Amino acid sequence: MPTTRRQFLSLAGSVTAAGTVPIITLRPLEATPAMLTTAIRNVVGEAQIRTGKVKLDIPPLVENGNTVPMTVSVASPMTANDYVKSIYVFNEKNPQPNIGNFHLGPAAGRAQVSTRIRLADTQKVVAIARLSDDTFWQVAADVVVTLAACTEEMN
Amino acid sequence: MAALINVPARAKRGDVIEIRTLTSHIMETGFRHTADGKLVPRDIITSFTCRYNGAEVFRADLFPAIAANPYLSFFTVAKESGKFEFEWIGDNGYSSTASASIIVE
Repeated sequence: MPTTRRQFLSLAGSVTAAGTVPIITLRPLEATPAMLTTAIRNVVGEAQIRTGKVKLDIPPLVENGNTVPMTVSVASPMTANDYVKSIYVFNEKNPQPNIGNFHLGPAAGRAQVSTRIRLADTQKVVAIARLSDDTFWQVAADVVVTLAACTEEMN
Repeated sequence: MAALINVPARAKRGDVIEIRTLTSHIMETGFRHTADGKLVPRDIITSFTCRYNGAEVFRADLFPAIAANPYLSFFTVAKESGKFEFEWIGDNGYSSTASASIIVE
């Protein structure tokens, strides 16, 4: 019998709920959205952050938070006068709000970076780009994680 | 330490080329505990740099949220034949380097 969308969603929902309950009890030191805001302000300062230009490719549903492929790209001509200086990636609920800072320049040719990250919980990932004119552009993506990373016990 | 580097061997002048690097490292977060409750100390790579004939073209600050065996892919413009040098720096004095050469026509 083919699985209907409703069945799949209820199943996915129950798996997520089952995965979340022990996380709440075991993980008192998760970053809070306030820490995310502080981490972003540390980078951006008082500058205004606009939405757009940045694209964040990350799977919306991941089974294993220990290695989540992620690609950030920025719409930029990458010329000597108009290029991306840096790309900053943040998370909402890992023990620490930073994921990575990537510094490029006009020599990059294309403003795109890929890596693999860890996510300790279902949460939001934010990518912010700093352009050569010191404007900041952001994008956010929600990721559902069924197996958390970072704080599990060692065997 | 072992590192896998992927740089095209040849490129046309002005081409945008992709560079992919993978190095082996545990990237211990410093947030995990052993079964008897001891905190496992942090041991991560904190910095990665790529230089193209001596000039820095890409640099990354890494945090515990980067997965074990850090993989990085980025781009640069092929300007001249020469050498890419890669350097990873981390906790406990960790340092590792690798290089790759390219012929630009």
